[in-house]
Amino acid sequence: MTATTSNDADRYLPDAMPLPAPSGDGLDSEFWDATKRHELVVQRCNACRTWQFGPEWVCYNCHSFDLGWEKVPDRGVIYSWERCWHPVHPALKDFGPYLVVLVELPDAGNVRMVGNLLGDPLQEVVIGTGVVAAYEDHEGGATLVQWRVADA
Amino acid sequence: MVAAQHTIKDKVAIVGIGETKYYKHGQSPVAEFRLVIEAIKRAADDAGIDPRDIDGYCSYSGDRNDPARIAAALGSKDLALSTMVWGGGGGGGSAAMANGVAGLAAGYAKYVCVFRGLAQGQFGRFGQGRAMPEVPWPMSYVVPYGLISPAQSFAMRVRRFMHEHNVGPEPLKAISLTSYHHAQQNPRAVMYGRPLTPEKYDQSRWIVEPFHLYDCCMENDGAAAVILTTSDRAEDLKEKPAFVMAASQGSDYRQAAGAHNAPDYGTSNFKTVAKRLYEMAEISPEDVDVCQSYENFTGGVMMSLVEHGFCEPDECDEFMTVENFRAPSGKLPLNTSGGNLAECYMHGLELVTEAVRQIRGTSPNQVSDVEVSMVCSGPMVAPVSDMILRA
Repeated sequence: MTATTSNDADRYLPDAMPLPAPSGDGLDSEFWDATKRHELVVQRCNACRTWQFGPEWVCYNCHSFDLGWEKVPDRGVIYSWERCWHPVHPALKDFGPYLVVLVELPDAGNVRMVGNLLGDPLQEVVIGTGVVAAYEDHEGGATLVQWRVADA
Repeated sequence: MVAAQHTIKDKVAIVGIGETKYYKHGQSPVAEFRLVIEAIKRAADDAGIDPRDIDGYCSYSGDRNDPARIAAALGSKDLALSTMVWGGGGGGGSAAMANGVAGLAAGYAKYVCVFRGLAQGQFGRFGQGRAMPEVPWPMSYVVPYGLISPAQSFAMRVRRFMHEHNVGPEPLKAISLTSYHHAQQNPRAVMYGRPLTPEKYDQSRWIVEPFHLYDCCMENDGAAAVILTTSDRAEDLKEKPAFVMAASQGSDYRQAAGAHNAPDYGTSNFKTVAKRLYEMAEISPEDVDVCQSYENFTGGVMMSLVEHGFCEPDECDEFMTVENFRAPSGKLPLNTSGGNLAECYMHGLELVTEAVRQIRGTSPNQVSDVEVSMVCSGPMVAPVSDMILRA
């Protein structure tokens, strides 16, 4: 597997789209700190080792509050997808279509993450296809985790 | 029997229904609160009671019209019950009914009004995101990637269901065409006089694949209200009662897990809720004469019908046809007023009023000899809810 660099991905969506902000209560600061380092981390229970995403304050499996973050490989599998045409945000006016994928992480208990599938927005998308993470940096803002189809 | 004492089955009936004129979004000439009061007055009049005698109000989806203000505005003698169902969309439509039914069965109130009002011109629309520089948890995991609107949230689930069960696009089309077909007989419907053909559906633009424009609900202004009372009081009122056999609400295991992590993902979220509904009503899917199933998007209806036992997941392509859905002759007459797609998006409360009309025999697309009339409220959100009425 190959981690791609920010040079691979300019902003996929228009610049005026909102960027992620860490939760005000500190729940997921580590996730967004890690993406800036171009690392993919997933919340994991230190007591029972259950993977958990989206992050939460308690482990759903054993109810421990002792939760940490663990680095996982930059790879996933397309679990579902959609091609968006209708602009639902002012920044998307006259833009599109674009692809959103739901990616399963086999190395992290099959938790899922939402991202964009880089490349031709009209490409054929097949559920089950392997993808690798691509980190999309934003000066002064968060780094997004995007996905591109893995080399066969 | 202990079990019999701990059920609401048959203890409460819907005795009044009221609706305002339904408008395209932003076109209501009056304020949202006034729409709500109009619907309540009509429902009370339909029931033959004084609006001042309503002593309970229940709503859902964060309705902006506070029962305390309503009670003050109407000069209500007493306000004994007021409840709000958590959650968005129409998922609380039948849950608000369940709350009212439970309140009446427990003796908290005598006449409960369930209501919903929407004036999106006054308050902004559901289908458009707002411009802001940053979004916090949990939106941070979806919005920056352009997954913002309800259509985009739910297309992902529907795509997964279609993949897992090898379902094609035809069921979605049939559900849409059925609603538009029924709306042509319903002068209240916003799409009355605007029929939809298969060709027009096929040629319509994509909103988000696999949803065409006509797979998506409208956005509307208006208000609807229904009056509930105990079954003994119901017998003395003006209209034929629609008795509540069962009303169920809830959410399956971790359905609201963040960033689209519900373990069972390709689902309408009705699996546990529908099971409780049938157990409470003590009937099975074959007993249902007519069904109103909330169309936020046609794909949600498809999964709702499967999870209410009307067909198996891999039978969607065969079962879900206009012929099977059309009143009065279809195997399962569906959304007989035109529903959210073609009558009015009153957050599904217009489906409850239509389910009552089917019991009364006054639907614009009446099914003959209706004994059992079902409502499924708000698929794919959490919580969802559903209800069964009988004659």
